[in-house]
Amino acid sequence: MRINPRFTNKFVQIGLNFQAFFTVSILVIIVAIICFKGLPYVNFEFIFAYPEDMGRLGGIFPSIAGTILLALLSILFATPLGVGTAIFLTEYTKESLFTKIIRFGVESLAGIPSILYGLFGFIFFVIKLRMGWSLLAGVLTITIMILPTIIRTSEEAIKAVPRNLRMVSYSLSATKWETVTKVVLPSAIPGILTGIMLSVGRAVGETAAVIFTMGSSLRLPTSLMDSGRTMAVHFYILAREGISMEKAYGTALVLVVSILLINVLAYYIMNKAISKYS
Amino acid sequence: MIKNPVRKEQFVKWVLVAFALSSLLFLFLIFMFILFEGLPLFHKVGLKNIIMGSKWAPTKGFFGIYPMIVSSFFVTFGALFIGAPMGLSCAIYLSEYSGKRMKMFLKPALELLAGIPSVVYGFLGVIYIVPLIRNYIGGSGFSLLATSIILGIMILPTIISISFDSLVSVPKTYREGSFAMGATKWQTIYKVVLPAARSGILASFILGMGRAIGETMAVIMIAGNALRIPTSILDPLRTLTGNIALELAYATGDHRLGLFSTGVVLLIIIMILNYIANFGIKRKM
Repeated sequence: MRINPRFTNKFVQIGLNFQAFFTVSILVIIVAIICFKGLPYVNFEFIFAYPEDMGRLGGIFPSIAGTILLALLSILFATPLGVGTAIFLTEYTKESLFTKIIRFGVESLAGIPSILYGLFGFIFFVIKLRMGWSLLAGVLTITIMILPTIIRTSEEAIKAVPRNLRMVSYSLSATKWETVTKVVLPSAIPGILTGIMLSVGRAVGETAAVIFTMGSSLRLPTSLMDSGRTMAVHFYILAREGISMEKAYGTALVLVVSILLINVLAYYIMNKAISKYS
Repeated sequence: MIKNPVRKEQFVKWVLVAFALSSLLFLFLIFMFILFEGLPLFHKVGLKNIIMGSKWAPTKGFFGIYPMIVSSFFVTFGALFIGAPMGLSCAIYLSEYSGKRMKMFLKPALELLAGIPSVVYGFLGVIYIVPLIRNYIGGSGFSLLATSIILGIMILPTIISISFDSLVSVPKTYREGSFAMGATKWQTIYKVVLPAARSGILASFILGMGRAIGETMAVIMIAGNALRIPTSILDPLRTLTGNIALELAYATGDHRLGLFSTGVVLLIIIMILNYIANFGIKRKM
């Protein structure tokens, strides 16, 4: 039997519309569940108080502080390394075997799952370098994990800067480094910021790589050698050990909303950057 | 500070080379330390007893991870079975059917799915999917099926964004040529656009597999973590990643080495998948 192609065409179109709608509604449902279930438990005290009784009572302040410390310090290490690598790859060399090898390294790092970062951070930083479960071990592990994201986005941002700008700078007898710092980087900053924001989002949501390097102490880390926990780790422990569903939902809400805000900000900056050049 | 501009340029260049090399150094360190810890056990217990052994009792000297290897592949293909058709049809909709404004809204919205942490997916799986399966289909609910559903959703962003890129990069003239022959939109997509974007789409599936096989926290929350090969989709199972995450915190001695051996196997599988995927993406370009 031959089915009329026009009929198939219409049928498929409706099917695909439905499919796209379905997928988006999954996202909406996930966010809605977290919001509705979590909202009753989130208040001023929940965010600024210390947890009591393993997290059954009180707030989640140390884990919020731990999350911010981990994300900011990782960015602090990863940004110069990542942007430096991107500048090298785009401005200082031609495509060669050397750049191919570096790109291969970056791609491979990007593909390694977080549990293997956790395994590596645990044996290298925690055990061999004797850092113990500490903020520092967590930061160094996450730095390596987010490096590929920062390199890739920075590279694309730098490549998108029009060639003319560089040519003008050279014609004014600026050196390469002057051109990079005073002309290329300022124009590429929105794109680089996007990469940084996405990396912050990844660091905030990460669990497997953090729990085995930073540990899961409930106390507020006051030095780099202190253990601590991030919101994601706190949420995982609350949920998995069934400590408190209410606090788990509350933590999930704060966690998901912060990540969504960070990512929305990242896309906003990116769109600004794209519209600037087109 | 260095005053001479030529010397300064040289200095900057070498610093940047060092930065660029740092990625390679990190990759090397990761490989070296995981292999260094994981390989001795292969020598001591024997490759066959680890890869093909079916008993995991590390404190008694049994390090068989065969059930976990099989389980990892089961959940990965389960995730692909659910995520690939959904992801690909979304990508087709986005690139061929949706209007510009719809695209501006949908694409970032779908990419936000990727930002939701895996523990949250795992938690929602425990609260909603697991009881649903327990009550309406059977078993404990902690199962291959539940894990596949959650992982299938988790790999959607990867599949959608990479297939979308490869669909968009099919030249417009291909489509116009097909329309000029009187083909309908779907005939054009099915016979012209999809074949042209084939390698990119395949790459997106393989990268999705890489994500699924490497996923940890969501999996240990919903898979049930039983130490045997599942015989039905309602059976619980334990993956390679789950094995590491469940026991690393308290393992010592040979037990810990066994977890690194698990890591070695996982690392090798991931590298192979990534290599194939990158090959697919590059061939298209």
